Amino acid sequence: MDYSQSYYELFGLTEKFDINQNALAARYQEFQKALHPDKYANASERERRISLQQAAHINSAFQTLKDPLARARYLLELHSIGLSDENKTIRDPEFLEQQMELREELAEIRHADDPMGSLIAFMQRLDLAIKSSIEQLRQHFAEVTDESLAQCQTLVYQLQFLYRLQQETEALEEELL
Amino acid sequence: MAYSEKLLDHYENPRNVGSLDKKDATVGTGMVGAPACGDVMKLQIKVNEQGVIEDACFKTYGCGSAIASSSLLTEWVKGKTLDEASQIKNSDIAEELALPPVKVHCSVLAEDAIKAAIDDLKSKQQEKAG
Repeated sequence: MDYSQSYYELFGLTEKFDINQNALAARYQEFQKALHPDKYANASERERRISLQQAAHINSAFQTLKDPLARARYLLELHSIGLSDENKTIRDPEFLEQQMELREELAEIRHADDPMGSLIAFMQRLDLAIKSSIEQLRQHFAEVTDESLAQCQTLVYQLQFLYRLQQETEALEEELL
Repeated sequence: MAYSEKLLDHYENPRNVGSLDKKDATVGTGMVGAPACGDVMKLQIKVNEQGVIEDACFKTYGCGSAIASSSLLTEWVKGKTLDEASQIKNSDIAEELALPPVKVHCSVLAEDAIKAAIDDLKSKQQEKAG
């Protein structure tokens, strides 16, 4: 396996945001078959270790390409746009105000008359917001200019807030069940 | 992870939670977010005619360290001038609360929040003067 290849190259896909999910899944299955531990039952310790490393590499590549947010982050990295700074803060008042309101709303759901019903409605709205962000990402990734990539970076940041909110709704769902 | 008593105190009894009228010309609002963890922080200050911060409040959705950092900051800025308040460094907050290294970014968020609030107030004042 050539570790210098990008995840896209590894899976024989073009470096784009839009990917063929079927091709991705099919290629993943091929890798899984080829690297299955049963195949290495009689292999040497060293060969087993190498196959495990390769399987781990394939797994992270697959997980990255499958998830839209992880894929967007990876694509931006390939275009040398870093996103890993944990001290990064954003100041977009309009977006943040909206996030604050959504979090306030979620906090109140706990005390609603029908918490589960309210939560489900809230999750559906959040789901739509996430889908719309992903759709915008898709559009901005269609052209690779500095400007569109900067837009993608902003959208990735926004999506990370939405994902975080989604985790919180899931935690509340667990609690209510 | 062991947290300091000061941090736990601010987390369990946060000071100055609330909001001020953001349309008020003497109120500055700082709204910041950390994409890495999804924390959102709103910090507001109200200044008197001498340019001294007489009230401050916050609302934070995030981890305990982010809540404690913003709570401590609202206590610190009260009675300070805008210039003095803008001198507060995230490292001062991190030190006071003994934030573990993985939580230092919460104090960065608080520092950016007060800076954003001061910027907002200054732009309001300029608009008024201009």
